[in-house]
Amino acid sequence: MLRKFRIALASVFLIGLTLLFIGIGHQWWGWMAKLQFLPSCLALNTAVIAGILLVTLLFGRIYCSFICPLGVFQDSVNWLSSRRKGKKMRFKFHKEYRAVRDLVLLLFLLALMFGVQWFIALIAPYSAYGRMIRTIVDPTSWTAVAVAGGTLAVIFCFAWFAGREWCADICPVGTVLSVLGRFSAFRPVIDEEKCVHCGLCGKKCKASCIDTFNRKIDYARCVDCFDCLDNCKAGAIKYEFAWKRRKGSKAVAEGRENDTPDAGRRAFLAGTAFLGLSTAARADGGFAEVLPKKVPQRVERLVPPGSGSIRDFYSRCTACGLCISACPNKVLRPSTDLEHLMQPQMGYDKGYCRPECTLCSKVCPAGAILPIEPEQKSVIKIGTAKVNLELCLAFNHEATCGNCELHCPTGAVRMIEKDGRRIPVVNSELCIGCGACENLCPARPLSAITVDGISTHRING
Amino acid sequence: MEFQLTESTARIMERRDFLKISGTGLLGAAAMSVAGCSNNSGQAGQAVESLGKVVRNYPQAGLLGFGAMRWPMIKDADGTDIIDQEKVNEMVDLALEHGVNYFDTAPVYLQGKSEAATGTALHRHPRDSYMVATKLSNFSGPWTFQAGVDMYRRSFENLQTDYIDFYLLHSLSGRESFRKRFLDNGLIDFLLAERQAGRIRHLGFSFHGSREGFDEMMEMHAQYHWDFVQIQMNYSDWYSTDGEESEYMYTRLDELEIPVVIMEPLLGGRLANIPAPLEDMLKAVEPEASAASWAFRFCGSHPRIFCVLSGMTYKEHLEDNLRTFCNFTPLEESDYTLLQTVAAGLGDYHLIDCTDCKYCMPCPYGIDIPGLFQFFNRHITQGTYVASSAQKDYDRMRRKYLTDYDKTVQTVRQADHCCRCFQCLSKCPQKIQIPDELRRIDTYVEDLKQGKI
Repeated sequence: MLRKFRIALASVFLIGLTLLFIGIGHQWWGWMAKLQFLPSCLALNTAVIAGILLVTLLFGRIYCSFICPLGVFQDSVNWLSSRRKGKKMRFKFHKEYRAVRDLVLLLFLLALMFGVQWFIALIAPYSAYGRMIRTIVDPTSWTAVAVAGGTLAVIFCFAWFAGREWCADICPVGTVLSVLGRFSAFRPVIDEEKCVHCGLCGKKCKASCIDTFNRKIDYARCVDCFDCLDNCKAGAIKYEFAWKRRKGSKAVAEGRENDTPDAGRRAFLAGTAFLGLSTAARADGGFAEVLPKKVPQRVERLVPPGSGSIRDFYSRCTACGLCISACPNKVLRPSTDLEHLMQPQMGYDKGYCRPECTLCSKVCPAGAILPIEPEQKSVIKIGTAKVNLELCLAFNHEATCGNCELHCPTGAVRMIEKDGRRIPVVNSELCIGCGACENLCPARPLSAITVDGISTHRING
Repeated sequence: MEFQLTESTARIMERRDFLKISGTGLLGAAAMSVAGCSNNSGQAGQAVESLGKVVRNYPQAGLLGFGAMRWPMIKDADGTDIIDQEKVNEMVDLALEHGVNYFDTAPVYLQGKSEAATGTALHRHPRDSYMVATKLSNFSGPWTFQAGVDMYRRSFENLQTDYIDFYLLHSLSGRESFRKRFLDNGLIDFLLAERQAGRIRHLGFSFHGSREGFDEMMEMHAQYHWDFVQIQMNYSDWYSTDGEESEYMYTRLDELEIPVVIMEPLLGGRLANIPAPLEDMLKAVEPEASAASWAFRFCGSHPRIFCVLSGMTYKEHLEDNLRTFCNFTPLEESDYTLLQTVAAGLGDYHLIDCTDCKYCMPCPYGIDIPGLFQFFNRHITQGTYVASSAQKDYDRMRRKYLTDYDKTVQTVRQADHCCRCFQCLSKCPQKIQIPDELRRIDTYVEDLKQGKI
C-alpha cells in the first residue's frame, strides 16, 4: 500500500518536473521545483529547508524516493534492470562507505564556498536531471550534449548495476539527509518474531541497506521506498513509529525496485516528440539566406534581470536549467566554460530579453534570479549597448535602417545625423542591455550594435 | 500574323441585348461551344464530370484560363520546394477535358520552375488542343538585348514547343518602362519579327500602373498592334474609390476592340475568403455559391474578356471554377449593386493589397514579405485579429495570434527585421508601400506582445 502510494506520488513529481524542464506548465507545477533541497538552500528558502529536514526527521529519506527527480529516475532504471531474467535479487547488504560519502560532501561544500561551479553542476541531483532532459529537448552545443550524455551514462550505470548506490554514497543532498534519516521517527522495522530469515528483503533492497543476517536496517541509506514491506512474505516488516521504547524488533527491507517506469518512458517520448517537432520546422522557399548571428565577445557576460549581479547569480545558481527551459525568447543557454559549466548565460543571437517577460525570475528555485515584475524590467540595467559603425547599414548607406532605435524599449538608442550620415548613438544611462538592438540589427553575422554586461545590475532612473 | 483573334461585335451586341431582356441566362448556346452546359446557377454540389465545357467569349478560348503562378508544391528528398508535377498533370488534364485551354505562365513564376512544369504537363496533349501564354519578365535588368532573347528562347525549351500562342511584355507600367526594357535595346523589333515569323502567335503586354501609363501604352497600339492586353480586374478594384483604373482600362480596350485577359480576379485569393459579414451578404443571394464564384462572374460578365485567369493550386479550386464557368450565369444589375456594397465593406477592413505574386522576393534581408502580408490579412479576414483587451476571449486570442505568428513566419524573417532598404518598392506591381506595411505589422505585434492592445 505504502509502496503504491510512493510510486504514484513519485510519478507525479517526475512527470511534473520533466514537463517543467521541457518547458510546459510552469503555472501548474512550478512549485515542484521550489521544493528541491539544494536550490532551496541556495535561495535561503528557510521554510522549504526546514520542511524537508523535518519531514526527513519524521519519516526518513522519503525526499529521495518521492521528490528528487534523479532519485525517481534511478528507481525507473533500476526497475528495468531488475526485470531482466535472474536479476530480481541482485543486491547484497554492505556497510556504508561513510568516508566516501563524507569526502564528497566536503568537496561539495568547498566547491560551493569557492564557486567551483562545474563540480556543483555535475553532482547536484536536481541539476543533473534537468540537464539531461533539457539537452534532449534542445541540444544547444556539443559541450552541453557531452556533459549531459556523460551524466546520463554515469547515473544510468549506477542505477542499472547498483540500485541506489549513487544516492547512498555520492549524492551530497543524500548525505545531508542521511544525518537525520538515521534517527527518523517512522521507519521500516523488522519484527524479529515474524522474520523467517529468508533474506529476500536484503537481496531486493536497491539501497543495499538491509543487513538480513543481523536483521538490521541502515536508516542512513534507506530511502523509504517501502519495497521491503511488500516483498516480505512473512509480513515481518512494518513502517512504524520507532521512537517508542525499543521493542527489540529489527527492520528489514528488501529491494525490488518498482518505480514509475511509465514516467521515464513518457519523459523520453515527450523529449523525442519535441525533437521531431523542432526538426519539422518550415524550410525556406524563395528566401534569401539569413546568416545566423554570431555571439560577440562581451567585456562582461550577461545574466538575467533579477539576479542582482553576476557574482550573486553564479554563486546561487545550481545549473538546473529551469530558466533555460522557461525562456521563450531563446536568450538563456548553458555556458560551456569550465568556470560556469552548465550555468545559464544570456545571448541575443536568437532573440532578446523582451520587456514583458519575467519568466526566468518566476521559475528560479535557487534564488539566483529573484522575482521581478514586468513594470520593473524597463529600469533594471543588466548591460550597455555599444555601436560598431563599420558594420552599420545606415552609416554605410545600405539602408534607411533604424531598427535599433525603433525597437529600443527605453529610447536609449537614437539615430542622429553626423557628417551627412545617419548613425545610432546610445545613451548608456537609459540603456538597460535588453538586446533588442543587437538582435534586430540587420548586420550579420556580427551585429553593428552589441551589448556588454555589467557586473552589478542597477536600477535606472 | 498567323491569325487574328476573331470576335464578332454582333455577338457582343446580341449578348448585351440578351442580358438586358432576360437578365439571366447564358450567352446563346448557339454562338458558343457550350454544349452540355446547363443553364442553372447554384450548382455547388454538382459532380464535375457532368459539367461539360466552360463558356467562351471568343471562339478560340475557354473563358476560364489557367494561371500557372500557384502550382502545388512539395518537398523533394533534399527538402527543397519543387512543383508537384503529378498533381499539375492531373489538373491540366481535367482542365482541358472541360475546355479550359489557355495556360498562362512566366519565366519568373515559382522561382523559375513554373514554365517547365507547365510545359511538361501540356506536352502530353496535342499541340493544337491548348494555347500557352508566357512572358518576357526582364523587369530587374540587365536590360540587354541578349538577356531578353535568352529568356525568350528558354521559354521555348521549357514549354517544349516551336511557337508560343500568347507572348507578353511582362508587367509594363507605361512608356518609360517600355523604353527601358524593350525599345532602347531593340527587343520590341525582335519580337515583332518573331510574330511575323509565326513563332509568336499573339503579342501583347500585361499592365500594372496608372491611367496615364496605360494611355501611353495604348498610343503605341497603332504602331505595334497589340493582339491582346492583360490587365488586373476584379470587383474590389473596380468599385474602390482610388481604383477606377480597371474600369477605365477595360473601357479603352473595349473601344479599341482589343481582347482582354484578366489577372488577379480574386486578388491573390483575397476575394475567395472575405470577412464573414460580407460573405453572408453573398450567401443570402446564392447560398451554395462560393465567394470566388462571384468574383469570377463579375469578370466573366464583361464581353470583351478573352479569358479570366485563375491560379488554381488544388483540384477543388479548379472544380469550383468549372462549376462557375460551365454553368455561367452573368451578373444582373442587382448583383453588381451587391458587389459594390461588398467592395465598399472590404475597404473598411484595411487589408494589405498583396496578391502573393512574390515579385518582391527574395528580400535581400530575408524578410518573408508575402508570408507576413498573407498572415496579417488572414487574421483580419477571419476575425482572429485582436482589436482590444476589452474583447471577449482576449487572452486566448492574443496567445493564438502570437503563436501563429511565430509558426507561420520564422523569427528571423518577421516584420521587425525589415531595415528599410526599399529595394522591394519598385518590384511590387500593386504599389504597396512594403516597408511601411511591415512596420504596421511589427508595431501591431509588438503592442500585442507587450499587452498594450
